[in-house]
Amino acid sequence: MEHGEGTQAKAEKSCSVCVVDAVTAAILMLIGALVMYDAHRVGSAWSPEVGPQAGYFPFYIGLLIFVCSVVTFYQSTFSKNRDRSVFVDWSQFKRVLQVLVPSIVYAVGVSTLGIYVSSTLFIGGFMLLLGKYRILPTLLVSVGVSAVMFWMFEVQFLIPLPKGPLEAWLGY
Amino acid sequence: MEEIAALFHGFAVVLSPENFMLMLLGVVLGVIIGVLPGLGGANGIAILLPLTFSMDPTSAIIMLSCIYWGALFGGAITSILFNIPGEPWSVATTFDGYPLAQQGRAGEALTAAFTSSFFGAFVAVVIITFLAPLVADFALEFGPPEFFSVYLLTFCSFVAMGKGSPFKIIASMMLGFALAAVGIDTVTGQLRLTFGITELLKGFDFLVAVIGLFGIGEILLTMEEGLEFRAAAQGKINLKVVLETWAKLPRYWITAIRGSLIGCWLGITPGGATPASFMSYGVAKRMSKDGDKFGTGQIEGIVAPETAAHAAGTSALLPMISLGIPGSPTAAVLLGGLLIWGLQPGPLLFVEKADFVWGLIAAMYLGNIAGLIVVLTCVPLFAAILRIPFAVIAPVIIVICAVGAYTVANAQVDIWYMIAFGFIGYVFKKLEYPLAPLVLAIVLGDRAEDSFRQSMLVAQGDLTVLWSNWLVGSITTLALVMLFWPLISKGLKRIRSGRIDTLQEQRPVE
Repeated sequence: MEHGEGTQAKAEKSCSVCVVDAVTAAILMLIGALVMYDAHRVGSAWSPEVGPQAGYFPFYIGLLIFVCSVVTFYQSTFSKNRDRSVFVDWSQFKRVLQVLVPSIVYAVGVSTLGIYVSSTLFIGGFMLLLGKYRILPTLLVSVGVSAVMFWMFEVQFLIPLPKGPLEAWLGY
Repeated sequence: MEEIAALFHGFAVVLSPENFMLMLLGVVLGVIIGVLPGLGGANGIAILLPLTFSMDPTSAIIMLSCIYWGALFGGAITSILFNIPGEPWSVATTFDGYPLAQQGRAGEALTAAFTSSFFGAFVAVVIITFLAPLVADFALEFGPPEFFSVYLLTFCSFVAMGKGSPFKIIASMMLGFALAAVGIDTVTGQLRLTFGITELLKGFDFLVAVIGLFGIGEILLTMEEGLEFRAAAQGKINLKVVLETWAKLPRYWITAIRGSLIGCWLGITPGGATPASFMSYGVAKRMSKDGDKFGTGQIEGIVAPETAAHAAGTSALLPMISLGIPGSPTAAVLLGGLLIWGLQPGPLLFVEKADFVWGLIAAMYLGNIAGLIVVLTCVPLFAAILRIPFAVIAPVIIVICAVGAYTVANAQVDIWYMIAFGFIGYVFKKLEYPLAPLVLAIVLGDRAEDSFRQSMLVAQGDLTVLWSNWLVGSITTLALVMLFWPLISKGLKRIRSGRIDTLQEQRPVE
């Protein structure tokens, strides 16, 4: 889903609602088909011993996703009054990516640097680059939030969050 | 009147100094959650839920339900002062609230909004007090077919009450069911929909889905719209304004009662707070003698949607505690909490954990009063939170969401799921796929499936078991009417060719 949209936005600077609608419906059709396929694999019939098999219920779920998405796909591609307005223009989508991409990097950071260090970097980077803040307020907020988090989770509630090399070095 | 006695017992359980502090803390947190973009009632509670695992269940539910009230109140603040609905159900409040704020009557508008919210919630709690035990009593007789028909009614109601394409509503709902089915089948122990991927074995936790869909999705949407908040007015409230507004409010009693009843009806059948607020606004506009002045800053135009939204938000808890079927995503999160604390929501809860249930109901009364006092006194503080620039708020909220998603199951993969759900939430919201049925389907998926399979087993695969007696038959039939309501209403419109409801156009998809 993510990929299809990104490339479209780049190709024509914007894409209309009905195109995204059709792409989403197509993906949902695929998901519906996948669900039906897997339900069929585990058994979607009635068996005399266990009654409805494991795939009995999911099969119809998949079928409904598929059928509904076919209708949506049809409406978004062939209907006369389909919505041709812009889904998202490039400058808007750029702003969305400005959050989305750092969030993905942040998730990578959590597994390598631990959650406290990467949260500090994430908040700090966001404030410096997008908020155009000076170093001092940036440091105060980013380190402050992580410190409060550390105090709350590790000290108060004793819930361990993912930690990295820095915390190990500090003895946690 | 054994309910009254039980209720007073509940007050005794709740009224300890410690619980009272939790109540205030909950309301304040709730209002902050309601005011901030990207944090709403559902995902705010989802994030805080893991922190309450170590608490006593009664104290925990008191705090969480107060967060819920706080979040309901918070939506009105942003609607009136900033013309930004903090929550979908406060969209209708902007119609008259914002014009009032522009005329410099923000204090009046806020007081009216809070008082009507309080009134709506109060009516709903009274209804819960007397109706929930009855429903639970009634439901003790339920077998699997009855439960399945109630699930069916719950989900079909979304099609009838929802806005937009019924196919999208069903697709979104079924996607939720499919996500719920991922993992080990509880009956046969077979692996389903995992495609050999080990990470999928544990399935998708709905709390992670809620945090992603509502939290990250909302942040992405806010980002797209740009970062500016335009403050319209100062949110000053003083005692004089409050008393003056209170003196005016009794004149709108019919609107308030009508709004509360609409709200209760749509909250119990899961229509949700958003349609309720719009329906109440629309009805008030049609019935009021000042109807044509609506939208220019009428107090009555605030009373109508606010009473309905709060009545709906509160009464959504009725089916949750009496049947174990939540009426809204937030109620679903609370239900998730009950399950984690080892409490099985449903009719037996009233019998087995009477202390807990009546404590919860008593907390609803007290939490509302606490909420009203907190919001009336602290508006300037909450309005100040909104002036914190988005470049600071956005990353902090994402970090909070990530921590919340991680602590659900101490799994890092959940942070990835959260981001993925966030993107899905963003696209779905823009394409008008509703998110509430998706979330409820993830929560209820397994139990709906279990009751379906049990009914099928009993009946040897005969679907007519859903019409085997008058009770299950009428619920199933009602469910089917709801399912085909878009078609039926189209037919009715063609016969009557009545007025076009312009308000429907402005209503957001929930």
